Amino acid sequence: MFSSSPKACTDAEGRLFIDRPGTYFGPILDYLRSERLPTHHILEVYREAQFYEIKPLVKLLEDMPQIFGEQVARKQFLLRVPGYSENLELMVHLARAEAVAARSSAVLVCAVRSEEDAALCADALRILEGEKRSVVKFGPWKAAPQVKDLLDCVKMDIEARGYQQQQEEIATKKLRLTKPSKSAALHIDLCKATSPADALQYLLQFARKPVEAESVEGVVRILLEHYYKENDPSVRLKIASLLGLLSKTAGFSPDCIMDDAINILQNEKSHQVLAQLLDTLLAIGTKLPENQAIQIRLVDVACKHLTDTSHGVRNKCLQLLGNLGSLEKSVTKDGEGLAVRDVQKIIGDYFSDQDPRVRTAAIKAMLQLHERGLKLHQAIYNQACKLLSDDYEQVRSAAVQLIWVVSQLYPESIVPIPSSNEEIRLVDDAFGKICHMVSDGSWVVRVQAAKLLGSMEQVSSHFLEQTLDKKLMSDLRRKRTAHERAKELYSSGEFSSGRKWGDDAPKEEIDTGAVNLIESGACGAFVHGLEDEMYEVRIAAVEALCMLAQSSPSFAEKCLDFLVDMFNDEIEEVRLQSIHTMRKISNNITLREDQLDTVLAVLEDSSRDIREALHELLCCTNVSTKEGIHLALVELLKNLTKYPTDRDSIWKCLKFLGSRHPTLVLPLVPELLSTHPFFDTAEPDMDDPAYIAVLVLIFNAAKTCPTMPALFSDHTFRHYAYLRDSLSHLVPALRLPGRKLVSSAVSPSIAPHEDPSHQFLQQSLERVYSLQHLDPQGTQELLEFTIRDLQRLGELQSELAGVADFSATYLRCQLLLIKALQEKLWNVAAPLYLKQSDLASAAAKQIMEETYKMEFMYSGVENKQVVIIHHMRLQAKALQLIVTARTTRGVDPLFGMCEKFLQEVDFFQRCFIADLPHLQDSFVDKLLDLMPRLMTSKPVEVVKILQTMLRQSTFLHLPLPEQIHKASATIIEPAGESDNPLRFTSGLVVALDVDATLEHVQDPQSTVKVQVLYPDGQAQMIHPKPADFRNPGPGRHRLITQVYLSHTAWTEPCQVEVRLLLAYNSNSRIPKSPWIEGGEVSPQVETSIEGTIPFSKSVKVYIMPKPARR
Amino acid sequence: MPEIRVTPLGAGQDVGRSCILVSIAGKNVMLDCGMHMGFNDDRRFPDFSYITRNGRLTDFLDCVIISHFHLDHCGALPYFSEMVGYDGPIYMTHPTQAICPILLEDYRKIAVDKKGEANFFTSQMIKDCMKKVVAVHLHQTVQVDDELEIKAYYAGHVLGAAMFQIKVGSESVVYTGDYNMTPDRHLGAAWIDKCRPNLLITESTYATTIRDSKRCRERDFLKKVHEAVERGGKVLIPVFALGRAQELCILLETFWERMNLKAPIYFSTGLTEKANHYYKLFITWTNQKIRKTFVQRNMFEFKHIKAFDRAFADNPGPMVIMPGYCVQGTVGHKILSGQRKLEMEGRQVLEVKMQVEYMSFSAHADAKGIMQLVGQAEPESVLLVHGEAKKMEFLKQKIEQEFRVNCYMPANGETVTLPTSPSIPVGISLGLLKREMAQGLLPDVKKPRLLHGTLIMKDSNFRLVSSEQALKELGLAEHQLRFTCRVHLHDPRKEQETAVRVYSHLKSVLKDHCVQHLPDGSVTVESILIQAAAHSEDPGTKVLLVSWTYQDEELGSYLTSLLKKGLPQASS
Repeated sequence: MFSSSPKACTDAEGRLFIDRPGTYFGPILDYLRSERLPTHHILEVYREAQFYEIKPLVKLLEDMPQIFGEQVARKQFLLRVPGYSENLELMVHLARAEAVAARSSAVLVCAVRSEEDAALCADALRILEGEKRSVVKFGPWKAAPQVKDLLDCVKMDIEARGYQQQQEEIATKKLRLTKPSKSAALHIDLCKATSPADALQYLLQFARKPVEAESVEGVVRILLEHYYKENDPSVRLKIASLLGLLSKTAGFSPDCIMDDAINILQNEKSHQVLAQLLDTLLAIGTKLPENQAIQIRLVDVACKHLTDTSHGVRNKCLQLLGNLGSLEKSVTKDGEGLAVRDVQKIIGDYFSDQDPRVRTAAIKAMLQLHERGLKLHQAIYNQACKLLSDDYEQVRSAAVQLIWVVSQLYPESIVPIPSSNEEIRLVDDAFGKICHMVSDGSWVVRVQAAKLLGSMEQVSSHFLEQTLDKKLMSDLRRKRTAHERAKELYSSGEFSSGRKWGDDAPKEEIDTGAVNLIESGACGAFVHGLEDEMYEVRIAAVEALCMLAQSSPSFAEKCLDFLVDMFNDEIEEVRLQSIHTMRKISNNITLREDQLDTVLAVLEDSSRDIREALHELLCCTNVSTKEGIHLALVELLKNLTKYPTDRDSIWKCLKFLGSRHPTLVLPLVPELLSTHPFFDTAEPDMDDPAYIAVLVLIFNAAKTCPTMPALFSDHTFRHYAYLRDSLSHLVPALRLPGRKLVSSAVSPSIAPHEDPSHQFLQQSLERVYSLQHLDPQGTQELLEFTIRDLQRLGELQSELAGVADFSATYLRCQLLLIKALQEKLWNVAAPLYLKQSDLASAAAKQIMEETYKMEFMYSGVENKQVVIIHHMRLQAKALQLIVTARTTRGVDPLFGMCEKFLQEVDFFQRCFIADLPHLQDSFVDKLLDLMPRLMTSKPVEVVKILQTMLRQSTFLHLPLPEQIHKASATIIEPAGESDNPLRFTSGLVVALDVDATLEHVQDPQSTVKVQVLYPDGQAQMIHPKPADFRNPGPGRHRLITQVYLSHTAWTEPCQVEVRLLLAYNSNSRIPKSPWIEGGEVSPQVETSIEGTIPFSKSVKVYIMPKPARR
Repeated sequence: MPEIRVTPLGAGQDVGRSCILVSIAGKNVMLDCGMHMGFNDDRRFPDFSYITRNGRLTDFLDCVIISHFHLDHCGALPYFSEMVGYDGPIYMTHPTQAICPILLEDYRKIAVDKKGEANFFTSQMIKDCMKKVVAVHLHQTVQVDDELEIKAYYAGHVLGAAMFQIKVGSESVVYTGDYNMTPDRHLGAAWIDKCRPNLLITESTYATTIRDSKRCRERDFLKKVHEAVERGGKVLIPVFALGRAQELCILLETFWERMNLKAPIYFSTGLTEKANHYYKLFITWTNQKIRKTFVQRNMFEFKHIKAFDRAFADNPGPMVIMPGYCVQGTVGHKILSGQRKLEMEGRQVLEVKMQVEYMSFSAHADAKGIMQLVGQAEPESVLLVHGEAKKMEFLKQKIEQEFRVNCYMPANGETVTLPTSPSIPVGISLGLLKREMAQGLLPDVKKPRLLHGTLIMKDSNFRLVSSEQALKELGLAEHQLRFTCRVHLHDPRKEQETAVRVYSHLKSVLKDHCVQHLPDGSVTVESILIQAAAHSEDPGTKVLLVSWTYQDEELGSYLTSLLKKGLPQASS
């Protein structure tokens, strides 16, 4: 620097004088001394370094993100935008010229990214210039950044020059309107393409965006034109696929391009392109389902190419035939016999193609024909049967399907059995063949076969029953299965003694000739399927069993043993599936005692899902003997002691068990209650869950067995009364001797009276809406009454609870608003003090909360309710604004608030534009009328206007939705009853099991959270895993999860609160305005509010973190 | 005539000492090398002198294949390789390679230490023997030499059990070893693709049995064990074969896990414990469940099952003991048959107070399974080994009846010879094929077409090439073979006129051939030359000289016979 620079000059004494402030010299010195880079004021230091020409430092600083992004990268980009700085100058110049007349000026900035865009907007620019509008055009440029980035740069640079500017994105919109059709753009692109790779790039880019229906034809012409010229097959392939895509465009009728497509098909050499073209034809053909002539023509084309050497082409031809092959024979009758070919025969010929893929395609095509409603010939059956022994699994898999289809079409026709003179029904034969495939080599085929078995309902019962019989033998002697033996043991009374052996010794000798080892029809198919290696096959087999058993009670009886065996499968999914299956068919069956024993053994399973499924199964099982009931009870009690968490599920199970088998329970009562004919026995402990379980069983049985209460002892009656109160959902009302029947609302008789209560609800709401011109005092009272009424109604009528609560909440908001506006304080002109405005601001806050609750806690809320809710919220916000305006001194904070509020109003208008007509005379309606005025006026005025408007605004009528339910949650576990604190070492975690039922919660996986509140006010939010939610029924969910608690040491055990929260996001509900195109994010993102609503009672858990011992 | 010869040295109509000699397309392979459990003398090992009386085994055998680690399939291996002397490769799967020496060592210990046998193989011999082993992966095609290749398929049965396909050229044999077609708790089911071998050698242990579903059996077993343990009893499960011990371990372990049981389970130390280490390593060989569980944990790392320590013996409480090895003696048999009082050695009478349950957990395929495998592989013929003669008879009959293939069941030392008709692949040169294609449409199945070419046999491969190329490749000059025939015609006219007559005659007869009359007076039909000359002695007779090459033999002979008939009289 000192060598040549004119920057330095010497003073009289020869000292160098550098004309720079010394503020940022420090960091420079630092760098020169120790090569340390500055951490602050990087931009300034950078300027200094540039001045001093310290190149290494400049380089290093340039690499730092602050400078690199801002200076270097930006500069690099702007250098690539031709004439950027000139344009900028021009812009300022234009703006100034205009601003001479007015205080502000507007310059249209037109930024075009690519040549293509530039071509497009040329016309638009000409028009604008014609209108004498000042336009500055940037671009096109060859760099990665987008239009938005350029505009940002322009904005920054203008601001850097000290001009204030406001940006409006008009230019882009205008350009969009004048954009020419896509075909022109493509034309330019393809003409420019020099190499096939280039052309391919253009086509790929083109394919990304959809094309409007009206310009499709033009695009297609261009594509075809290029196709004829193109030598490269990959480009042709892409064009062919694009043609297919384009012909699928809605609103475009592709028959005009069919001729061309067929034409190019004839000259095409490449197999791949041929296949693609056929695919295109398929797309065209499926688009025009009613045009017979085209279909026939396409089928002809397909037939012609069927002899192609490439499998791909043959595949596509077959697909075409399958999708378009003519269905009706009517055309043949018209004398065009030649035109319509026998599609089935043609496809059938390709069942023996040498390529397995073509064979598969042929079968699939045949299935497609069937799906389209063509009746397949029976002759296909034999062909398909041959395919069952194909070498390739896809072929076999498809063939199994085909056989199934044919068997469903011709169940009753008779087919001969090969190698014998007998004949059987086709469906039986097919069943046998599919059964045989259950032991196929490929598991894919096995799954397929096992699945299809389930849907063959017309099969003869003896065939069906064969599937469960493997015809055991041992050493050429007939042997009985373990199931048969178990049955026999059971009937001989030796069941479960376990003191016999050698009982499985085989009995009679069998004739060697009679034993059939394979091809023996359906023999043992399910036995194989159920012990398959792959659990997919096993599940499919269990499902098939379920379906067959549902249609045939006798089969259900037979398959029971096998299902019970599946309870021991090694994969939990299979066990669960078989338990569910059993539940589904349990209406058809009665469990034998030995089977029950096996079922009950699974109660010890450590998986909660399995146990609960089993409880549900027991709920709807029929048991044959009183021993069975006893056994079930004993095992359930055992289960209860082993897994106390199952309590509720077990009680429920016993409830059903009791009410289903009153007569079987009756003889057990004395034993169960341990009563003695002569002596009084000790009174059992009422808190023992096992005892409660027994009582639940007995009371439910007693409901339909009037003789039972005679066996009860005194304390049993007392306990009944207690349980009837505390566990009313488990204990039914009993007709007890000497006692009045507690006529607790017998719900069925009430049902017809539902109307009056609904009417009442309607009326009370009507009353509120109609009496809005009452004096304030009266209105308030009326509202209070109505709210009370509604709440009471909700308590009484559970089915109206949702509606009642919902409207009550709305009215409460209304009431709060009225109350807040009634405050005398408003009349005081002077600014209010904080204390005085407490009520109003609290009201505003509460209204906000309530509106969120209304919006997110109820399922079934429709758009019209959402509008009202949002409207209410807007009012609350207005209130808040007013309150703030009156309590704060100074105007500055108000600016922001006002702006925000106005933005929200704007947003409201945009979101609910369709509903605005319904909001006549409302707050918002008036607000929108005054909007232009509000925009320009000062905050204080805005507040004033708002205040008067709020007071004038009327009630909005809240339309009631059809079905509305309040989301609710009950925490079952932890129960919060324990006095023993949960002790753990502080700093470490302790797992707390949480079990809760959720009702009417939509999408609980993402919305439900668990909150833990510690006594010190710390709150912790836990997001349960999606797998923790189970879905036992419609509208119901169950959350079983673990919450990890941790805290530093306490001296005393304390309670933490656990509760469930419903998280919401206000964006999720807002309907997308139609004009906001997908992909563009609406600018009002900041209005999305996330929050949580507690929706369960909190449960207290006693915990005690102890300090760790050293 | 090519043939496949199979001679069982062991396991022919018998269970034990599996050892089968196969000679296929000039290659000799020995399948398995087992010992017999029932004998303690020379008969326990196969008679290797059968293979060759003089000369080294290595020269005679191309390879030895061991299907799995059970002693009746590999027990004689050290004796065979070290004491008889075989240095060639021994093929087995990786798990077999790992576990086999443990079993052999155990066997040696019992034979030498317990029974005091002399002249038995030593530990060192086992080690040396295992050095000759080449381990293979499932579905890996191993080239033993240029022609012989082997490939292993999964067989279930025990860890590492494999079925082997032995293939030379287009001839192949599949040997199943022992296999199981139903999956169990720790192994999957045997599987083979449709390899269509010439011969399938399959075991037939359960040839006359169709087994019940395993689920019943398992449930029964678990229930019995569970009940006994719950009552406070102890359960002793003697497990005979390695592999079954692991199966029961897994079964009990998962049950304990599921049911949250706490009672301890022990297995005997020693063999099972050692083998367990390898079971942990070869997870890929197990079934779906264990492989999937492996993501979280190795199922062979038991939580509830521990190795048995003798110090536990006096501990109170329920106990399940699983010994890995126990020689099946007569006592067991007596107990199972229901005898309550046993007479021990020394007139001691022992009362059986325990409760005895019998259960079969066999891992062999039953009759249905065997048929299923035959159906999967689609062999041309089947050979049964590893089973009792009477049972084989039944299965043989069934296989012949249902698959319509030949079935053999040779006794030990009996040779089965199977004629084969190997297909010989011939490569056709592209040029020739293209030339043929150019001539017409694709060949049709119904209308065969003749293709002329030269077959070149070189370096044991065959190629069909055009004759020109063959000549060029072999560096030979082409020899032309020409037939010449003189036909005497009675024709007093001049030679030229005769020629013209011949020409017009032929022209009228052979419509679709090119007949030309050349300026020098000769006539050509295609490439056949006909010249007329006056007979030297008799001017009234003209001699027609017909000459054609070998290629035109057909046309030439036809032409001669035509001309011999004489020319039609001129119309004039």
